Amino acid sequence: MSGQPRQREDAYLDHAATTTMRPEAIEAMLPWMTSHVGNASGAHRAARLARVAIDDARDLIADLMGGDSSEIVFTSGGTEADNLAVFGAAQAIGGAAVASTVEHPAVLACVEELGGRLVAVDHHGVLDIDMLGSVLGELDRTAVVSVMTANNETGVVQPLAEIAAAIRSKAPSAVLHTDAVQAFGWIEPDGYADADLVSISAHKFGGPQGVGCLLARRPVVPRQVGGGQERELRSGTHNVAGIVAMATAAMVCAEQRANTVERVKSLRDRFVDSVTALDERVSRTLGDFDVQNTLPGHAHVCVEGVDSETFLLLLEREGVLAAAASSCASGAQQSSHVLSAMGVEASRARGALRFTLGWSSTDDDVDRALAGFESVLEHLSVTL
Amino acid sequence: MSVRVLVAMSGGVDSSVAAAMLVDQGYDVTGVTLRLWGGEADQGCCSISDVHDARRVADQLGIDHHVFNFSEDFDRHVVEPFARDHAVGRTPNPCIECNRHLKFDLLVERADVLGFEKIATGHHARIVERSAGIRRLHRGADPAKDQSYVLAMLDQSTLRRCLFPVGDLQKTEVRELAASAGLRTAAKSESQDICFIRSDEGRSGFLESRIDFHPGEVVDTDGNRVGSVEAVQLVTIGQRKGLGVAGGAPPRYVVEVDLPAARVTVGSLADLDCNFSSVERIEWSHQRVEGILSVQSSAHGEPAAGVVTSDEVEWMSPHRRIAAGQSVAFYDGDDIVGSAVAI
Repeated sequence: MSGQPRQREDAYLDHAATTTMRPEAIEAMLPWMTSHVGNASGAHRAARLARVAIDDARDLIADLMGGDSSEIVFTSGGTEADNLAVFGAAQAIGGAAVASTVEHPAVLACVEELGGRLVAVDHHGVLDIDMLGSVLGELDRTAVVSVMTANNETGVVQPLAEIAAAIRSKAPSAVLHTDAVQAFGWIEPDGYADADLVSISAHKFGGPQGVGCLLARRPVVPRQVGGGQERELRSGTHNVAGIVAMATAAMVCAEQRANTVERVKSLRDRFVDSVTALDERVSRTLGDFDVQNTLPGHAHVCVEGVDSETFLLLLEREGVLAAAASSCASGAQQSSHVLSAMGVEASRARGALRFTLGWSSTDDDVDRALAGFESVLEHLSVTL
Repeated sequence: MSVRVLVAMSGGVDSSVAAAMLVDQGYDVTGVTLRLWGGEADQGCCSISDVHDARRVADQLGIDHHVFNFSEDFDRHVVEPFARDHAVGRTPNPCIECNRHLKFDLLVERADVLGFEKIATGHHARIVERSAGIRRLHRGADPAKDQSYVLAMLDQSTLRRCLFPVGDLQKTEVRELAASAGLRTAAKSESQDICFIRSDEGRSGFLESRIDFHPGEVVDTDGNRVGSVEAVQLVTIGQRKGLGVAGGAPPRYVVEVDLPAARVTVGSLADLDCNFSSVERIEWSHQRVEGILSVQSSAHGEPAAGVVTSDEVEWMSPHRRIAAGQSVAFYDGDDIVGSAVAI
């Protein structure tokens, strides 16, 4: 009875949590789970074959991220890449860690553990560059500044070039790390070209869960130690199938990016325009903030007078799967630190909903999501 | 269509069996675990492993399971009042406030919006229908596990919505049912303590960071100084230990706590006796019941005969004083008819 996959008729609008795997990626990984055996750290033929697959993937990923093959460190995903970047740079350079208040917990927890500083964002969630400047000015020495390329909840893109300039002028010793986990599938590499360290995660752009990488243009000290398999910067047996699939997904994603972005953006715009037109209780969380400043798949709205936990359950009953802020280990919805940092009133944040579209989203998904949204609103008009 | 029930599953054996019984009885059951305490806890209903147990039992029963985050309301209605009450010298009962505001009020509200006709929990209590549609909360079948006292505040409209499937069972039967159904919670030990207080910090450690403690002197009933306490706020009526009073017979009990004067008075057991207890927040589950009732002032205390006036319980024979803040449940036989809070 348990563990049934979601019904096929569900409209899945939670692609920022994880997106559909690209068929090409599945195809690419299958041989490494069936016919090929071999630990890439070994010396014999089968091992060498695995090593070649990883190095090919490394070249491809490096190229797609605008970096050099020697700068790629494969990890178990975005969180590990973020940990390696923040702890690794703090240790390599020596000094404080600084991050924005809207970072993913994968970065925030590292900065907190290092006793670092957080820099506020404005009401759209964009980093306050002046405050970054003054924080860097106050610190004796800064090792690493971590600012995400785009936010996982709102999709808001950060001005990394300006941030990098502020770091160069106020704390030249520091490196800029960016968590590009949400952004990588959607933006060109020049979007994070100013960052010294870049984290990505395969399952956000059509690869499998459990694999990611850090592009490290500057040295980092390893965080996970052992056999040193991954260029002595990360220990643990290589996830060959995952790495191969990630590179394939990244390639397909990049090839189709222009079309996907345009198509998904128009789906997203139609969705947001329609839900906000349904009822005056539904509003755009970011107001009239230019939608050019968010990732194309992100739609963030607030519904007045209802908590998101209830709304999402009712939506699920209508066959629409979406999200709010984030879930804790128990599975409970947690109030959003991102909206709180943006100064969104708690009463409004209570009804915050995140709908995210992905490469596989269709017009039909949007139609069904709209119909479900409308049914829930009608239901609430009666029961509330 | 079968009746839709939302069952609160703490991850313990009682609520696991409650859910299983409802499934067997043909209800359309959905499980929910309430996330109440956001801070650190060593056990109780908020730990990750308890949520996991609840989820796995739900999986086994083939029912949906959700987690509702009630932690903000829990802070507001349970944790903050717990600290505030201590600061003014009361001894609150947080489990009762949690039942009142979270497990029932808020859960019923959610059930309404989500379209559940009934809500259920694993409490050991029964709901019986007396005259003309009047429902009464009745003691659970297992006298050692009866939880009617902590549910004494439930009113008619809530009683009409609630199901307590294990109320008819002995605890041993609950465990047998769980074991025969192969539920992972069958042999799980029970949580007895306040869920938001870690065993290594205790009540004083928890309150220390939230309220100011003041030292106080301990005097006997003649006003002679006999000891001292570090925190008057932690002293409760009837307490015997931790008063800095020299040992030996006869035992001395706290009979009065004067917080503004930072003075604790100790006396004999007889000095604890009183003929009246002042109460507030009297709520009748249906309507006021005149005459002599059974009045219970702690979770597993012996009830005593008394008459409830507008602001007092008049005891039929001298009764030990009740600490301010403690809940008082009024029984007619084994039926709850009302509740109040001692002042």
